[in-house]
Amino acid sequence: MSPVRRRDALRLAGTALALSACGVKGRAATPDVTSFWAGKRRTGRLSWANWPGYIEDDRATLTAFEKDTGIRVAYREAIQEMGPWFGKIRAPLAAGQSIGFDLMVMTNGIQLEQCRRLGYLAPLDLSRLPNFAAHAAPGFRNPSYDPGNAFTVPYEAGITGIAYNTKYVDEEITSIAQLFAPKYRGRVGMMSDAQELGSFGLFSVGVDPETSRPSDWEKAAARLRRQRDDGIVRKYYTQDYVDAVSKGDVWLTMAWSGDVYTLTSPDVKFVVPSEGGTLWTDNLCIPRTASSPVDALTLMDWLYLPAHNAPLTEFVNYITPVSGVQEIVRRDAAQATGRERADLTRLGASPLVFPSASDMARLRRYRRLTPDEQPRYLGIFEPIARGS
Amino acid sequence: MPFSRRLAPYLLVLPGGLWLAVFFVVPVAMMASLSLQTGNLIDGFRQTFHWQNYTDGLGTYGDTFVRSLWYGLLATILCIALAYPAAYWIAFRAGRRKSSYLLLLLIPYFVSFVLRTVAWKLVLTDNGPVLGPLRDHGIVPSDFHVLDTTTAVVAGLTYTYLPFMVLPVYVALERLDPRLIEAAHDLHADRTAAFARVVLPLSLPGVFAGVVMTFVPASADYVNAEILGGPRNTMIGNVIQAQYFDDGAYPVASALSFTLMAILLAGIFLYARALGTRGILDTPTP
Amino acid sequence: MKFPARRRFSPLRLYTLLLIAWLLLPIAVMIVFGFNDVHGKQNFRWEGFTLRWYTHLFAKPDLTTAALNSLTIAALSTAMATALGTPLGLALARHRFRGRGTATAVLFLVIACPDLVMGASLLSMFVTFDVPRGYPTILAAHTMVATAFVATTVRARAVSLDPSLEEAAEDLGATAWPRFRLITLPLITPGILAGALLAFVLSIDDFVIANFTSGTTLTFPLWIWASTRTGTPPQVNVLGTLIFAIATALAALAGIRGSRTQRKPASRAPRSADAVGR
Repeated sequence: MSPVRRRDALRLAGTALALSACGVKGRAATPDVTSFWAGKRRTGRLSWANWPGYIEDDRATLTAFEKDTGIRVAYREAIQEMGPWFGKIRAPLAAGQSIGFDLMVMTNGIQLEQCRRLGYLAPLDLSRLPNFAAHAAPGFRNPSYDPGNAFTVPYEAGITGIAYNTKYVDEEITSIAQLFAPKYRGRVGMMSDAQELGSFGLFSVGVDPETSRPSDWEKAAARLRRQRDDGIVRKYYTQDYVDAVSKGDVWLTMAWSGDVYTLTSPDVKFVVPSEGGTLWTDNLCIPRTASSPVDALTLMDWLYLPAHNAPLTEFVNYITPVSGVQEIVRRDAAQATGRERADLTRLGASPLVFPSASDMARLRRYRRLTPDEQPRYLGIFEPIARGS
Repeated sequence: MPFSRRLAPYLLVLPGGLWLAVFFVVPVAMMASLSLQTGNLIDGFRQTFHWQNYTDGLGTYGDTFVRSLWYGLLATILCIALAYPAAYWIAFRAGRRKSSYLLLLLIPYFVSFVLRTVAWKLVLTDNGPVLGPLRDHGIVPSDFHVLDTTTAVVAGLTYTYLPFMVLPVYVALERLDPRLIEAAHDLHADRTAAFARVVLPLSLPGVFAGVVMTFVPASADYVNAEILGGPRNTMIGNVIQAQYFDDGAYPVASALSFTLMAILLAGIFLYARALGTRGILDTPTP
Repeated sequence: MKFPARRRFSPLRLYTLLLIAWLLLPIAVMIVFGFNDVHGKQNFRWEGFTLRWYTHLFAKPDLTTAALNSLTIAALSTAMATALGTPLGLALARHRFRGRGTATAVLFLVIACPDLVMGASLLSMFVTFDVPRGYPTILAAHTMVATAFVATTVRARAVSLDPSLEEAAEDLGATAWPRFRLITLPLITPGILAGALLAFVLSIDDFVIANFTSGTTLTFPLWIWASTRTGTPPQVNVLGTLIFAIATALAALAGIRGSRTQRKPASRAPRSADAVGR
């Protein structure tokens, strides 16, 4: 990055901070923690909405939590995608009604930002999250999408990088630029999600997505359009790129770390590109209208004890925000036998689940969008994958 | 006529009619109203009677509309070509097993299309059981593929809606009095002539119903384009779906859906006029 | 009666069988991959045979719930639609009344209207009136679609009936209910069954309308869609296989019953054999 660019970036970061400060002062994000939690009591019941496949089949983690705390958990895999989920919870939350859940898992991004700004989320009482304070990994504290963890703590995270099939690609893939190489015409997969696609477009023109400006968006979109119109992109994927890359329909594609890990295919490799990759986080948060917020907070904190979190990570195979889990996984591996031992050994050693510090340093998050910026950003990046 | 007798039809119609009114007529009206509102998900929507949602929608996605109708048309033609011979055979030659064959044509629907389409991806993948051998034997060029192309989308649409063509054509043929064909033969018509002059014209109402039942949903489909299509195969359904769910742009999405419905209904109407059917409502449905 | 087609080779027969095979091919793939001995979370490469997923069928509670939701919604909406649609179809076929044209047009519109537009308009209404979406809204929507199909098939059936049969019963002193139960109902049963079958099939297969009206309730197709994020488990194939098997068995049973009820009135009323016996 040239000095000028860095100064720009710094100035932008400053502006972003100032903007977020305004947001905090505004009606929506006033973290009036004390007044929210005053008089809130434990109910012994907790209703939790999550994505499918985000907890063990036998719900062992929940059983352990119920045994430890006496709080009964009604767990439902009610969330499929963020857009529809926001569409479903918006009306009741705006009207101050319950959505039927005390805890939900939302990806950092447009919808979480809207929930934050609109005051739909309960401000977290960090003093009641001692395990989070003690065990949250450095990369997951005070994230740009939720300064000071005012409303959320991470549940699981993942990296958007590049997956490629070594049966078809005979060079090493190290950079996003290779996704634009004409020699892979018709063999490249990109993601259709505007935030994912936009971030990679921005990386490709040398801009940090988190601090990008609208003029950068235009430039990135133009590059992505050219990539599409030159026939390099075979398909814009929502989530089904894993089988495509493993079967060789596409040779290299934007991909999520956890998907590639669970693929267990020796041919498919995952890299965090040299230009950077995206770190996305699925976050635990409490709707303001929750009837058992204390119980929800209890679960949040409980999950941040490494010993409690390890079994979850051993099942989910995404990146855990809790430090110290890797050691537990390795210890479990040493004690296990047979197939389980092999699986756990692989997990404990995997940079996809426990990324290296150098990988982490290259990761950026989605651009946080103000209500005014959001339509503009979407208007620039969304039409690309929609073919218009 | 006694009072109760006159009242009877209304009593019969009332429950079902009310249900259809509340869950079909009212929603369509609400959608029409929403399409003339402005605003966003957060601040709410206001009724402004601006037609901008329509002009913007058609301006941005005009070519997507055209593409959707084109794919729908292709799929419909393929459906007629594929379905007619089978419906003919079942209606005239399958004998006692007619209903078994019909059931066989319908049962794919007992499985969710999500699973069916995923299965198609397994079959049609570049190095899969079909394309792999073809390429290895040099029958198709090495970069030939089906997935993520127009071919895959149109084939997927044809697959999805084929039963909707078979059934009405079958019903029309099955109703046909076999004595008419015998009469044609008695009048020295050969098989081709009997088919062209008797069977085909009498089965056209069924084909018509089939066209409506395949063309309309095929043009509005978004799942096949999503799963089997590439970057250039986006259909209007994908756009509408994304506008509702990803963007929360309800007014624009409503305007697009309403436009789609209007185009399709106008198409059906004109088609019915052109075909001179006795009235589209009398066509047999399965 | 003889069936020459079964005696000699017929290209059309072969063609029909090939067409059916094409329609069933993905089902076969689905069934086969329910026996796949996968160890990762992605089920698309053959890794060996196992019955594990059948014995651990209900290991995923939310998947089970979703499948049950699909089945009960399909059954309930079919039952409700049969109750609502049968009288509607009868009235349209047998009576002249004000609003008949409108009702017929609405039926046609429901059938012709793309799912996407119906789902979108229902969502528009629910959003406008702030109706919380969930199981009841899916059920209401599916019942609406199914009612139109049942009414249409019943109407098509009833139109072709000979009114003199009922008149005869009336002349013999049968009052309204027995007349309906003994004469009309058996005659229109094939129409009802056909409509009910369509209603059930459309409900169990539906993704689009449910996607727009589901709230936090997930049906089987919606759950599958959501699970593609972390890998669709083989239990999905197994449940798909079982639903497929059960539905097919029920449909076959209904078909057998239907053909029995079809024959009976025909023998009693030879005059209308053409219309009834089919």
